[in-house]
Amino acid sequence: MTFGQSLKTGLIGACVAAGFSLAPLPAAAQSGGTIKVGILHSLSGTMAISETTLKDVMLMLIEEQNKKGGVLGKKLEPVVVDPASNWPLFAEKARELIQKDKVAAVFGCWTSVSRKSVLPVFEELNSILFYPVQYEGEESSRNVFYTGAAPNQQAIPAVDYLAENEGVERWVLAGTDYVYPRTTNKILETYLKSKGVKDEDILINYTPFGHSDWQSIVAQIKKFGSAGKKTAVVSTINGDANVPFYKELANQGIKAKDIPVVAFSVGEEELAGIDTKPLVGHLAAWNYFQSIKSPENEAFIKQWKAFTKNDKRVTNDPMEAHYIGFNMWVKAVEKAGTTDPDQVIDALIGVSVPNLSGGYSTMMPNHHITKPVFIGEVQENGQFEVVWKTPGLVVGDEWSDYLPDSKDLIADWRKPLNCGNFNVKTGKCGGKGA
Amino acid sequence: MRRLLLALALALLAAAVALPAAAEELRGLIDALGRGTFADREKAIAALAGSGEPAAAPVIEALGAGNLYVRTGDGAVLLARGSALVDPLTNAAAGSVSDSGIERIRVNNRLRRAIDAALGSLTLLSPDPATRLEAAAAVFKSRDPGALPTLEKALAAETNPEVAAALGEARAAALLFSDASEAEKLEAVKVIRARGDREALSLLGMVAAQGPGPVADAASSGVRAIERVLAVWEAGQNVWYGLSLGSVLLLAAIGLAITFGVMGVINMAHGEMVMLGAYTTFVVQEAIRSTAPWLFDASLLVALPLAFLVAGAVGIAIERGIIRFLYGRPLETLLATWGLSLILQQGVRSIFGPTNREVGAPSWMSGWFEIGHLTITHNRLWIIAFALLVFAGLSLVLRRTSFGLQMRAVVQNRNMASAMGIRTPWIDALTFGLGSSIAGIAGVALSQIDNVSPNLGQGYIIDSFMVVVFGGVGNLWGTLFGAAALGIVNKFLEPYAGAVLGKILVLVFIIIFIQKRPRGLFALKGRAVEA
Repeated sequence: MTFGQSLKTGLIGACVAAGFSLAPLPAAAQSGGTIKVGILHSLSGTMAISETTLKDVMLMLIEEQNKKGGVLGKKLEPVVVDPASNWPLFAEKARELIQKDKVAAVFGCWTSVSRKSVLPVFEELNSILFYPVQYEGEESSRNVFYTGAAPNQQAIPAVDYLAENEGVERWVLAGTDYVYPRTTNKILETYLKSKGVKDEDILINYTPFGHSDWQSIVAQIKKFGSAGKKTAVVSTINGDANVPFYKELANQGIKAKDIPVVAFSVGEEELAGIDTKPLVGHLAAWNYFQSIKSPENEAFIKQWKAFTKNDKRVTNDPMEAHYIGFNMWVKAVEKAGTTDPDQVIDALIGVSVPNLSGGYSTMMPNHHITKPVFIGEVQENGQFEVVWKTPGLVVGDEWSDYLPDSKDLIADWRKPLNCGNFNVKTGKCGGKGA
Repeated sequence: MRRLLLALALALLAAAVALPAAAEELRGLIDALGRGTFADREKAIAALAGSGEPAAAPVIEALGAGNLYVRTGDGAVLLARGSALVDPLTNAAAGSVSDSGIERIRVNNRLRRAIDAALGSLTLLSPDPATRLEAAAAVFKSRDPGALPTLEKALAAETNPEVAAALGEARAAALLFSDASEAEKLEAVKVIRARGDREALSLLGMVAAQGPGPVADAASSGVRAIERVLAVWEAGQNVWYGLSLGSVLLLAAIGLAITFGVMGVINMAHGEMVMLGAYTTFVVQEAIRSTAPWLFDASLLVALPLAFLVAGAVGIAIERGIIRFLYGRPLETLLATWGLSLILQQGVRSIFGPTNREVGAPSWMSGWFEIGHLTITHNRLWIIAFALLVFAGLSLVLRRTSFGLQMRAVVQNRNMASAMGIRTPWIDALTFGLGSSIAGIAGVALSQIDNVSPNLGQGYIIDSFMVVVFGGVGNLWGTLFGAAALGIVNKFLEPYAGAVLGKILVLVFIIIFIQKRPRGLFALKGRAVEA
């Protein structure tokens, strides 16, 4: 950053700010020459394993933005809180961020239950949350921007890939027992049945969080897979339970050639704790892989390794989601010329920023973004190699077409609709769901 | 005679003319591996394998191992030897892997299957019986009728009975998917049925689904017969899984059987001692990796005494620093050790980071073997053996050493023991240290099957208390039987009720059991109980 640069952006910022000085600005968010940005990720407890990385990536992005002169001529100031993997605490900490620290926007949450916990707070206090993780859909809030994948941006393309390219006819839907796997599996089950898969060719299995003894379940999968039809496992197993699951697969000699496992919650970060040699060929569906070659991605990886001062650190999909979300927010704030939530929320729709896979992602009126979908195979070095991608960008579909309760619903936060659950059949806002 | 000579000369001439042409053709087939989509490459592999050239096998093998590269300039496919590239046919040097314009040829699962099938049919006649066995297994999986002529040839020449049997099964599998006569196919179904494992089941299922007819009928009756046999084995498998889970529970709980069972301290930080043991293993492995990689197989043996000492030292420090002030105040002890467990978790998280750490398995703990249709993995077997060893060792210490005697004396009657000259505070500290040490070495074993993360201990604390309470507080045998029983019950419930409901049912069962027998399976009798 040079003095001239900062002066220039500073001047522009000051002019823009002056232009809007009549609007009721959230004073504290811009006072003292900084704009505060809240980071709401667990730094302790069970989810720390995944969320700590996202806190770091936010700090890196904010530092980088400040080097470029900040936003609206003001420096960004990160406010980090630790909700400690405790769902009610998420709501408390969110309230603290918005009311006490007067942050302009919050980047945070990982599990759906934490998002559901903070949702009323963001709606009540009218603030902005960027949620970076793939989730089950069935939600669209005016105050939340979903930069992770909706089921149609991850689960459904993955199943299509397996059916078309691997000839899979028999499906094991294995997941951890909570809302994301249950909803995703319900969507997948309906989707598969609509494609003519019979009841007896679908096995659904749930396990508790942190399940560590997978022997009998893996044996059950093996048994299910020996009915003379090509079988695959669609895994929504979350967090810590994955390592023993993959270890057990390797132990019982289930190779990707025989029964491939496609996972929606296993990325580079999760693989860092496993010996991946026996897992080569197992799959994951994401909107980003570290191995994707693009100038933006190479720069991002370099920056990340320098920021963490660790050459072995890996990048993953939710990190890209924050990268996209943060840049969208910056662009929208600059477009609106203020951090006022209502104006930023309106300005965010239609904002388009580069993603890390060499294209652009756009914020849609349903507060979900457009993304490419990639299928990657695990390699010996713990990275994924892309074996398939969607021809174009996929728009996040918040209300799944494959669930009876939500197939008639759409979300559109533009005027005049301005509704998160508009029922196209009845023509009324406020269908089932949120 | 002259005719023969003439024929020979002609044949030689033809060979001499054909050789460059064949080589050219082969090169074309090989270069096709580097082009097009995955589906194109799959066809290229089949074409290359179909050429039957001996030079094709190493190229296909290299493709499977990720050692095949393509030069983007002219599309030439090159073979990597280490980091050097060579021409696959002439072995001429062709640069290095890191050169620009050199790309690795990627494979996916479909290609891997095609590679296996191709290699199978190409190596059926290999001089090495182990390779032939592998080839037969690969053909059994691929069921490629095209491999039939080679299979017949291999079968006729085979002398090794094991390989011959595998070849026979492979032939039967290929026959079932060829246009062989019904009689031949019925014979083949018999061969597959006799094999009787899951792969045979899968194959027969496929045949049965092909439609009505005597072959399909025979196949479906084969499916039923195999399923009946496998159902029996499955029960055996569940017992084994149960024992294995039981051994893990035993390892996690046995230290607690000392601190909670014998001393009566509700130690919520017990799981964190297990975690410390696992992290000690990680540190030992890291040290070995960087200084003496050849020692890696012994890393667990090195880690065991260290984990014992680390966890023991932390345990003694906890007892001296906190717990000794709280004897007789269970609620305060519970809260203090709970807080302590959070501190230890966060401490480890700050030092080692929140992500999982990779603890490798030594070679003697990887792999599996089969007894009938029962798959037994080495690591589980070792963990069962280790758990029993720890149990036996601990029983010996308690029964046969003077420390064990003093410990039991202090537990039974503190004042009397003190009057007899035993330094009861030190015995308390050492007992707590022993319980923690045992948890530490349990951590070494558990690092082999679970995540090494700061949360490792949390997953075991509830189960450990469950085992100790169920088995009978203060009784080691109770812990042993409690762990085994809970493990087996859990594993029998899991396939029917699912893991979540299974766990709930076990908890309900324990609650009811404790209502009926408040002192657990093996209740202590005598004065100690009333104390």
